[in-house]
Amino acid sequence: MSEGFAHHDPDVVLRARGIAVRLGGAPVLEDVDLDVSPGAIVGLIGANGAGKTTLLRVLLGILRPQSGRVHRPDRRAGIGYVPQKISLDPHAPLRARDVVMLGLDGARLGIPLGRGRLRGAVDEALARVGATGFADARVGELSGGQQQRVLLAHAIVSRPALLLLDEPLASLDPVSARDVVVLLDELRRQSGVAIVVTAHDLTLLLPVLDRVAYLAGGRAAVGTPAEVVRDDVLSELYRRPMRVIEAAGRTFVVADEGVTNA
Amino acid sequence: MSAVLSAFFVSPTVQTALVVGTVVAVVSGIVGVLTITRGQSFAGHALADLGAVGGSGAFLLGVSQLWGFVLAGVVSAVAMEAIGTRRLEGRDVATGVVFGAGMGLTALFLTLDTLIGGSSNAAISVLFGSLFSVDSRLVPVILALGAATLAIVAAVWRWVSLETLDRDLAAARGVPTRWASTLFLIALALSVQLSSLSIGAILSTALLIGPAATALLFTRRLGTAAALAAVIAVGQVGVGCLVSFASYDWFGGNSWPVSFTIVAAVFLTYMGARAVDALRPLINRTAVA
Repeated sequence: MSEGFAHHDPDVVLRARGIAVRLGGAPVLEDVDLDVSPGAIVGLIGANGAGKTTLLRVLLGILRPQSGRVHRPDRRAGIGYVPQKISLDPHAPLRARDVVMLGLDGARLGIPLGRGRLRGAVDEALARVGATGFADARVGELSGGQQQRVLLAHAIVSRPALLLLDEPLASLDPVSARDVVVLLDELRRQSGVAIVVTAHDLTLLLPVLDRVAYLAGGRAAVGTPAEVVRDDVLSELYRRPMRVIEAAGRTFVVADEGVTNA
Repeated sequence: MSAVLSAFFVSPTVQTALVVGTVVAVVSGIVGVLTITRGQSFAGHALADLGAVGGSGAFLLGVSQLWGFVLAGVVSAVAMEAIGTRRLEGRDVATGVVFGAGMGLTALFLTLDTLIGGSSNAAISVLFGSLFSVDSRLVPVILALGAATLAIVAAVWRWVSLETLDRDLAAARGVPTRWASTLFLIALALSVQLSSLSIGAILSTALLIGPAATALLFTRRLGTAAALAAVIAVGQVGVGCLVSFASYDWFGGNSWPVSFTIVAAVFLTYMGARAVDALRPLINRTAVA
């Protein structure tokens, strides 16, 4: 991998420079830069196919970009990852607490022995995400929202410096989605973990975002929400008129054309 | 009955069958639990079909079918992993054609075994197994293969657990996911081929899936399920051997085939366990009341 920058900056947990990815010949990302500071929440916002998950995989270090460099914390303990969803047989003998335990020792060879001393950390992580009530249930039997909490506990149990979440709000009802946003906000305040989160809509996330990378057509508009979530910047990015609308204390981004009954 | 039992345990054929059967049962039970957890029962069937090509081809070369099973199984496992087992499942038409061709090749080899090799029992032996006719000289090899399979499974235990959950998540934790899934598939191939030698290529997945599925009805823990499945499988193979042996007297010299009695034990245990599982809420309610 193309890791390693000459100068390590303590104010940056993750630094990506000039990331370009082509998949099957088609450009997915072109020259994307991103910095993530400790305790910050950064949103990767874009439609399906805009390259959010591709960028996340590059940041995670499991997809090698055609060009560009990424500086990231050590993978095993330093990065927690929460996939969008998992498909596990309901009978699979993996309890919620087993999944969290794998966050501590899953990369080790051999059968697990002497895990007793790790149990406290597992219970703490489960409690932190509100998953204590189903800690002994099979993960395959849990609802999507419950599975996500278990995966979040798995991701934070090793006390990572960086947390990457793929579409954590996508399949949640509005109340659960808000609970997850509040939980992420608490996590970064209490532990100083930096969080990168993808979403196709920024409305729910915007109140907690420090930086936003808006993705469209392989390009990215990166900056603070005040710098990026603007009519002119988004219109330039999408190459069509875009409007940022404030209503009921929330911010919505809509395409301007075609909305006739204003 | 005691006469049958004493004859059972002194017979050298039975002793070999019990040693081989125990190894196969332990390996199948443990590998089976991970196979079901990973949703790879399909791969187990495929490896049995493709292994049979090697098993039947071995007769033509005059070597033990064990070597044919193992070679074809391991080559198939590596090839399947290279293509991608998930992709194979998604393309069930092409996959069905390839595995059908494998069984066709097996049919050809089995005919040639009879015509050229003069091995008239090759078909029964490859397809339905021959626990009571395993060459005792193969026992050390079978023990070594069984130990190797368990060593592989133990090594990749946690890697495979994480990779089952999500491949990207495992990779993000630093698990070499390609190695994890390939090594597990090789262990699965070895397990299925040892089972093919004992109860035949067609029935081998019964011993892979049956004891593991039974164990999973009673525990939520991976390690406990693996140990329980191994114990259940050993019991089933033992009972199957005993019933097959005893049936010799019941039918005047025509015993039930041991593959049938083992698979019957697997089936009846599973159905019984399902019944107990279904009755559990009823029992609990009575206990409370």
